[in-house]
Amino acid sequence: MAEELRSQQMYGLRVHELKLGATREEGGSRSKVFKIGNQAAMPFLFKEGEIPYAPIIAAEVYDVPDDDWPQSLAEDLKGVSKNPVDWAAMMAEDAGADLVCLKLQGIHPDFGDKNSKDAGSLATALLKRVKTPLIILGCGQGDKDNEVLPYVSEVTKGERLLFGCVVQENYKTLTAACIADGHNIIAESPIDVNIAKQLNILISDIGMPQDRIAINPTIGALGYGLEYAYSIMERARSAALSGDKMLAMPFICFVGQEAWRAKEARVSEAESPLWGNARERGVMWEAMTAIAMLQAGADILTMRHPKAIKIVKAAIAELMKR
Amino acid sequence: MALSGLEIYKLLPKTNCKKCGFQTCLAFAMQLAKKAVPIDKCPFVAPDVRVILEQASQPAIRLVEIGSGDNKVSVGNETVVFRHEEKFHHPSAIGFLLEDDASDAELNRALDEISKLQFERVGQNIKVDLIALRQKSGKDMFLAALSKIKKVVKLGIVLMPASLDTLKAALEFCGEERPLVYCSDAALLDSFAGVCKERRLPLAFRKPDMNGFSEQTKRFTQQGFSDIVLDIAQNSTSERLWQLTQARRSAVKKGERSLGFPTMAIVETGDEYQAMVQAAAYVTKYASIIILRSRKPEYILPLLTLRQNIFTDPQKPLQVEPNVYTVGTAGEKSPVLITTNFSLTYYTVLGEIEASRIPAYLICVDTEGMSVLTAWAAEKFTPERIADTLIRFELGRIVKHKNLIIPGYVAMMSGDLEEKSGWKIFVGPREAAGISSYLKNL
Ligand code: SF4
Repeated sequence: MAEELRSQQMYGLRVHELKLGATREEGGSRSKVFKIGNQAAMPFLFKEGEIPYAPIIAAEVYDVPDDDWPQSLAEDLKGVSKNPVDWAAMMAEDAGADLVCLKLQGIHPDFGDKNSKDAGSLATALLKRVKTPLIILGCGQGDKDNEVLPYVSEVTKGERLLFGCVVQENYKTLTAACIADGHNIIAESPIDVNIAKQLNILISDIGMPQDRIAINPTIGALGYGLEYAYSIMERARSAALSGDKMLAMPFICFVGQEAWRAKEARVSEAESPLWGNARERGVMWEAMTAIAMLQAGADILTMRHPKAIKIVKAAIAELMKR
Repeated sequence: MALSGLEIYKLLPKTNCKKCGFQTCLAFAMQLAKKAVPIDKCPFVAPDVRVILEQASQPAIRLVEIGSGDNKVSVGNETVVFRHEEKFHHPSAIGFLLEDDASDAELNRALDEISKLQFERVGQNIKVDLIALRQKSGKDMFLAALSKIKKVVKLGIVLMPASLDTLKAALEFCGEERPLVYCSDAALLDSFAGVCKERRLPLAFRKPDMNGFSEQTKRFTQQGFSDIVLDIAQNSTSERLWQLTQARRSAVKKGERSLGFPTMAIVETGDEYQAMVQAAAYVTKYASIIILRSRKPEYILPLLTLRQNIFTDPQKPLQVEPNVYTVGTAGEKSPVLITTNFSLTYYTVLGEIEASRIPAYLICVDTEGMSVLTAWAAEKFTPERIADTLIRFELGRIVKHKNLIIPGYVAMMSGDLEEKSGWKIFVGPREAAGISSYLKNL
């Protein structure tokens, strides 16, 4: 028998291994913890290099209810969406999300202007209720995030959570807090490999270890610029595996928040009869956005709809068969 | 795989005799590499070298055409592994698996559903491409189903007959069309290939691994038959992705001709959701043809949208022509909005204005196809450019007011723009979704 015909790509570097959550022995209180990254191959190509960990899914939970949800989301999350603690518990326990991503939208001056104490006690309440690590996101308004997030970091000290997002123009305050409190950080760049790299360098220069940084490449939803982030991720990951340490961080992709903004995920069947069932369409819009990101190299997906989470979880299990 | 000028030079006589019209063999080689001159210009190329050069000028992955006329689908001819290296050329053809033992009612319903699967997105018509008919009953049933399909839908056809006899009868039926012939029985492969070669039809078949494909395609090409599609077998999704990646990479990176053919993935996973997300993975990773069972529009629209995204040329984002577009019955008092000429931005904004039912003018500034924020960062959506655009499109003659609504994301330029243009600037919402209510509350 002739030798097997093969085109094998071997790489010199692995992605950094990022640890999420700390157990009691490690100084935290999580009973479920995760490792991500550390792969030596492009997505799901097990024959080329080790891929030790499966990508994980974080359920998107908001501190203030969103009144702009399409009908399907509003119905399927009815009963929990007004209470972030119940919401998180439902997603982690029933929907099968691996962990919870808490977005502190309510600290934004225009959306509730909650203060550090509110945010801190919500984070602690969540940590009490769920066993998983948390991802904690600010509201995107730099000054307010710099005021609130360091406080939340401090009251959750030692839990090894993931905080975000820092950007090139505003990274020092939150990064310093996360370094001090033993957390990981999300570095956000606007669909740009060079800025992603530059920001990782800046963050590590002030003392954040490289294995505590995750890259947010700023994805677009399916049909809304998804292909830009898709290619940026493929480029960054190829460069990382070929030796660029400063791009060798795991990716986090905010799938749910993007997918559910898409018109196709929102419009009712009555408005667009040719597009079919609205609930299923929205779920599939989110699931396929997630699948494309997985193929581009995503390590953490944040997702919203319980059914979409179940579909993508099962798909990940299938993709991880080696 | 294409040879470089230097590689071609090494194969030339290197005498610099100038018969080809160039000063040196090297100069000629460089032009050959660019395909700017035919090889015949040099009378001294050795016959074996000519064969090498001709082969090298073939695409790494063969172009295969299915169907004819309006239904023609081209697959293959891909040149890269990652879309950022150039682009993906031919969108995966999406098709549906039907079986001839379906009842009349079932078949009618299926065809009715399939014929509705076309959608308008960002100015493009996106639609499904193929119907695959698999033989499970006798020849007559197969032919009856085929005739019904041909009557009802205008799509390319994949014939999956179980015998040579059925194949021949079905081909009589197909006339001038060029169906893709699929051979599911290894024992029939040679006879099917014989028929396809004679009638110049493409043939798809399955082998367990790359070696199996390679040996088979070498045999076929030696016989002068190379309209081949590789059907990558259903194993685990990751194994199938591995094989799809292997075929693509071996062909375009290593010049492995025996694997340089379009690929096919038939998705028969029972769970409909899993089947759809699997198909999505194969759109991103290298399946030239994907055959499915599910045909619900709520699943097919996302799949076709994904295909549209992945097969967009990364160097040329879809653009619309910079211009003033009239929405509804706009007149001299109607509001004026401005945005970029990135087609996704344009169509999203346009859709929201239409939804508001308020007639308006929408100006597209030439930002070379960049979205609002990107264009602003790249200085393609600046107060100067916007002011120029207002003059160039003579907005002063179109409306009798000087109020301009700009995207919320560029609120910071309002003052500067007001000064440069002399128009009064209103800051619209950041997200297109807010436009409709913004216009209603003007
Ligand atoms: S005709 Fe052939 S041998 Fe003569 S210069 Fe041209 S390439 Fe060289």
